[in-house]
Amino acid sequence: MEHVTSEAIVVSDLLSHVSAVERGAVVLFLGTVRRSAEDGPVRGIDYSAYVEMAKGEFGRIVQEAGLRWPEARFAAQHRIGHVPVGEPSIAVAAGAPHRAEAFAACRFVIEEAKKRLPVWKKELLDDGRARWREDRQRDSAPPRSPCS
Amino acid sequence: MRLPHYRTTASQSTITIRCRLFGRYADALGVEALDLDLAPDASTRDAVAALRSQLENAELIPERPLVAINQRHALPDARLRDGDELAILPPLAGG
Repeated sequence: MEHVTSEAIVVSDLLSHVSAVERGAVVLFLGTVRRSAEDGPVRGIDYSAYVEMAKGEFGRIVQEAGLRWPEARFAAQHRIGHVPVGEPSIAVAAGAPHRAEAFAACRFVIEEAKKRLPVWKKELLDDGRARWREDRQRDSAPPRSPCS
Repeated sequence: MRLPHYRTTASQSTITIRCRLFGRYADALGVEALDLDLAPDASTRDAVAALRSQLENAELIPERPLVAINQRHALPDARLRDGDELAILPPLAGG
């Protein structure tokens, strides 16, 4: 499964990738494009990425998660291009024998993805305007893998 | 496609790196990739300083931006080698 896609995320593909009879717990995280009073009249987000690096970085994150939770299996995708309000832009699924590992492993992958993936978003508003949305670090410290 | 190419040193001995810009940096500077000639001992900081001094609107790029070398996150003072791909990354906003 490609970690970066320009197609709509197919949740059932992620779930089938991590599901197995020996994995009694499957946790799915979906990050969807939000429209709220706080965010304003957002009709969608154009996601852009340093695609080659994003694929590699997402792969490394999943690999690190696999070292921490060897019995778990993961599926993770970030969508790029235009994503309308309400649709998922990122999805992480983790299957594990028990729920504690499944929750922890899924949480690990999404948190690392948020910190490390070279992806940017431009919000598109109802009135036709567009604005870059940056809500995290502004300094030069590179995001560090917790495994390094 | 022929990319813009900038010399930043008068020295005969140089390295050439490919510099890539993303997100609002690429938007503001109007360029996504360019080649930079630098002194052989140059660091990412030297490359960023060269960009900031030579390109219009480049003051948008901080003096110590987030950078990646050859598709891996890197420290702001990392040494560059000939042929490296240096990416200048706006604050990450995935998810």
